[in-house]
Amino acid sequence: MSTENKEREPLFSAKNLKLLKEPLNISNPITVQVLGICSALAVTAKLKPAIVMALSVVVVMAVSNVVISLLRNGLPPRIRIIVQLVVIATMVILVNEVLEAFLFDVSRQLSVFIGLIITNCIIMGRLEAFAMGNKPWPALLDGIGNAMGYGVILIIVAFFRELLGSGTLMDYQVVPQSFYEFGYQNNGFMILSPMALITVGVIIWVQRYKNRELIEDN
Amino acid sequence: MYSNGYIFRYATIMVVVAAALLSTAAMLLKPFQERNRAIDKMGSILISAEIKDVETEQTISTFNQYVIESLVLDSTGKVVDSYTGEAMQESKAFGVDLKKELYKKSKSENFELPLYVVEKEGVKTYVIPMRGSGLWGPVYGNMALAEDMNTIVGVTFDHDGETPGLGAEITTPMFTEQFIGKKIFDDQGNFTSIKVIKGGAKTLPQSEQIHAVDAISGGTITSNGVGDMIQNVVESYEPYIQKQK
Repeated sequence: MSTENKEREPLFSAKNLKLLKEPLNISNPITVQVLGICSALAVTAKLKPAIVMALSVVVVMAVSNVVISLLRNGLPPRIRIIVQLVVIATMVILVNEVLEAFLFDVSRQLSVFIGLIITNCIIMGRLEAFAMGNKPWPALLDGIGNAMGYGVILIIVAFFRELLGSGTLMDYQVVPQSFYEFGYQNNGFMILSPMALITVGVIIWVQRYKNRELIEDN
Repeated sequence: MYSNGYIFRYATIMVVVAAALLSTAAMLLKPFQERNRAIDKMGSILISAEIKDVETEQTISTFNQYVIESLVLDSTGKVVDSYTGEAMQESKAFGVDLKKELYKKSKSENFELPLYVVEKEGVKTYVIPMRGSGLWGPVYGNMALAEDMNTIVGVTFDHDGETPGLGAEITTPMFTEQFIGKKIFDDQGNFTSIKVIKGGAKTLPQSEQIHAVDAISGGTITSNGVGDMIQNVVESYEPYIQKQK
């Protein structure tokens, strides 16, 4: 990763696009690398918090990736983890403050989980594995790509959990009232975290069915 | 290889930059955040007094319209401060820090608690803000009493991080609507509070059911926290209520 291209390459070269696209599918942080599961289970009971969480992670990840990438040449390796943490923590607190100021309701729902973005292993993982050895532009794309890979799974899980668990989407009733009159019941179990894990499991299953190369040999 | 001096300089500069950035952001955003918190507090006071479906933008004006008086009471039930002006959110009662005052109460020191008088279509309602502890963090809420200062008109509860689907259910109508019509004093005028009963209020003798509601299954500690909160906070208002009778 340390060898950098000397000649200028186009902003959206095939290599750079791959940075954006791969995390959405074949190197997805949640379904393939199985990172960041904790928050994926916690904030996906409703669609709205999941979307805000996904956007927050995109912002935190993109900015910290770029900052670390800019600092990478003067960064003493002995304190690099601390520096990474300070950058992530600063970004997370900023995001949290902005949410509290302008999206108060959602910020109340997400409560501690915004703060817990700091410990989201996807972010540290990308800083350490990618931003430390790449230029800012690819680092930005890599950050956005991975955060979106995380966010997409969050939103898919939240979609099914809110639909089946509360009968709503974005807090709008989508399951018609007549269903309830015929005895349809919301599945309260979908609201609880174990069902999020099972939903993630089903997504992993479907993804591996479509992408045979992801299946391990044994 | 980097020298120790370089590492120290690097770390110091980085931390100072981060601190400057964060404190600037916190200062710039503070007015917005405080406004949000105040609106949230006003909204829940209004909801407990059965003034519902208020748009966020209209909360402040609606609050000033319906809340006709805000009082500050001391531990003996004496009115320390009363405010009837236009901008209710600037009254002393609105600024009372319940956490601090209830801590003073637990130390048997003098404390001061707020009480809001809401008037809607000529009917007065008294709103008591409450605060206590749940399983993972604080629970808080408001209890609105009818003019007899005995019958509950409505309640709201909120929390910082109770378990979703279990303890967090205290905010749902399923739980809060049980309180409507319950009484906090018995026929002899003794304070009974509202008990949150595991297994259901129906397990109690008929005469006590009017002072109890059902707890939430799987949310026992949060339910108990709500029960304790009502007991602890509302009993502080007993001297004042007795004086009014």
